[in-house]
Amino acid sequence: MARLDINSVSKAFGAARPADGLSLAVEPGEIVAVFGPSGSGKTVLLRMIAGMFEPDDGDILIGGRSVVGAPPERRGIGMAFQNFALFPHMTARDNIASGLRASGNEVASRVAAISKLLKIEHVLSHAPRELSNGQKQRTALARALIGNPDVLLLDDPLRNVDAKLRYEMRLELPNLLRRGTAAVLYVTQDYREAMAIADRIAVLIDGRLAQVATPADIYAQPASVAIARLFGDPTINLAEVSPVAEHGVLSATVAGARMRLGAADGAAPAGACWLGVRPEDIAVSSASTDDAIPARILAITPMHEKAVLLLRLADGTEWLAALPPDVPHSAADDNVFVRFASDAAMLFDRATGLRIGPTHRLKAA
Amino acid sequence: MEHSSPAGRVFRGVALTLILIFFMFPIVWIFLMSFQTNEQILRIPPRVLFEPTLANYEALISGQLRTAAGNLQISFMRNLFNSVVLSSAAVLLALLLGVPAAYAFARFKFRLGESIAFTLLSFRFAPPLLVLLPLSLYYQELGLNDTYFGIVWVYQLIALPLILWIVRGYFEDISPDIEHAYRLAGHSWREAFTRIAVPLAGPGIAAAGLLSFIFCWNNFVFALILASADKQPVTVGALAFVTASGIQYGQIAAAIVLSVTPTLLLALYAQRYLVEGLSLGAVKG
Repeated sequence: MARLDINSVSKAFGAARPADGLSLAVEPGEIVAVFGPSGSGKTVLLRMIAGMFEPDDGDILIGGRSVVGAPPERRGIGMAFQNFALFPHMTARDNIASGLRASGNEVASRVAAISKLLKIEHVLSHAPRELSNGQKQRTALARALIGNPDVLLLDDPLRNVDAKLRYEMRLELPNLLRRGTAAVLYVTQDYREAMAIADRIAVLIDGRLAQVATPADIYAQPASVAIARLFGDPTINLAEVSPVAEHGVLSATVAGARMRLGAADGAAPAGACWLGVRPEDIAVSSASTDDAIPARILAITPMHEKAVLLLRLADGTEWLAALPPDVPHSAADDNVFVRFASDAAMLFDRATGLRIGPTHRLKAA
Repeated sequence: MEHSSPAGRVFRGVALTLILIFFMFPIVWIFLMSFQTNEQILRIPPRVLFEPTLANYEALISGQLRTAAGNLQISFMRNLFNSVVLSSAAVLLALLLGVPAAYAFARFKFRLGESIAFTLLSFRFAPPLLVLLPLSLYYQELGLNDTYFGIVWVYQLIALPLILWIVRGYFEDISPDIEHAYRLAGHSWREAFTRIAVPLAGPGIAAAGLLSFIFCWNNFVFALILASADKQPVTVGALAFVTASGIQYGQIAAAIVLSVTPTLLLALYAQRYLVEGLSLGAVKG
């Protein structure tokens, strides 16, 4: 039982700053996903915790004790690597047991227990080169888990496994990781994986934590336009607007149509904003009303569980709409009208990118 | 290689045969010569069929060289023993020093690291004669002239750069994550080096060791200048066959066969280690 504290940690490699004043606390038994685009510093953060690099600045504490400067083997950390990093000259069994300093019987029983849990008992005598990617990945996970580490670091462990296995592991992993009391940091580039596995998501952009919140909060209330664009597939639609408040109602002109954005309160935004609307919140119909944006369907992509429409608004902006697959009776080149509920609209300051206003989406993803 | 018409196959067979004959002929001829007397060897035209004699080998092993001018003492077996001792000791020392150094150059960035590594490599570029004169003066000063240790030391000029640069490449090919994983599993860096890095670089270490053994074995100049008769390896010892009464071709051939055999056996033995385990599939490719 030890919590992981990262206190304003910074690291620079020449001009690049993959960690710039990072602070994050992970409770024992909690899974925090570190999510961000590639190059945002996720792996550097994990490697500083694991002791492969030392931070230039700041402190890392495990169970209240600073581990900065301690060699990796004394930090009580288990880690699974993106490239698995199995020991090629050892069998899967020896790989898993490599971290245990115990009597032969105890090693055998613990290896048996963890490999049963991960369903790799039948390949324990195989060398890594004889394992499939999924088995390699499970072996690497078993190796990380077997020592009951205080802190578990998972560096994009599902990156190199096939789609079906990735889906299964997304379901299994949270249960597996919650069995112990380790504080888990899970690095991923896939927002779905982060949302499926984590209790909280820490969004890392350019070496800074842009937002740390539950998956539902991040989806519904992204702190900035950059975060809003990272979560969701298809990505969020944006339009440049200058909202105005009239009679207590906030509205903005989008491609010539006046759209209601909800009730205006004291903190009504002034000036240039980004309007963000998620594709699944968009409705398309052929009936014209004054609160609908005229648009033209450029293309329809049937995606089985949904249909994605590429729309060109009257002013030339291109938006995406994700609709149930059986709804649209439309075809490419149809002229349609686009609507969205006022509570689905998000406003972001154009200059800072930060979200403004009281418009909260209540519906979680 | 993918299109092989019958004509192409025949041509390739002929070409391979020609190349094989070209390279194998000297070895086969030397082998045949070692069973002939000087008279048989010098006969014109040479004959492939002859009455084999073991006199050459007898002379070498007994150390008695009978020539027209009388009996000569030769210390071929002593030379062979010297070659084995000197080359093995030199390679062993070079491995002990070179493998950890190669690991350091591969894994750690330090000031002047590249310069040091390149300087060590440049010892291979310099012609041996360039260093021999100052070296022999130093050796006389230090009392290292005509000692096994002195020759083993000077052989480091041959073996150490080779091992350093070959093994370094192998260490660089090992994903550092594998060692990180071993350390996170609770092992010190020393254990990560001996149990992970060295076994994984094993084929490279074997190849470098074998190559430097052959280069040490074949060295001539260092031992010629720095060692006297009882410390000299076969390469220098073979000079004894150039006698006042002529060149003893038969004995030279037998000496070559005997001195090539150890390296040949070693190469054949090490061959499987050179190939084995080069692609271990540890990390996703």
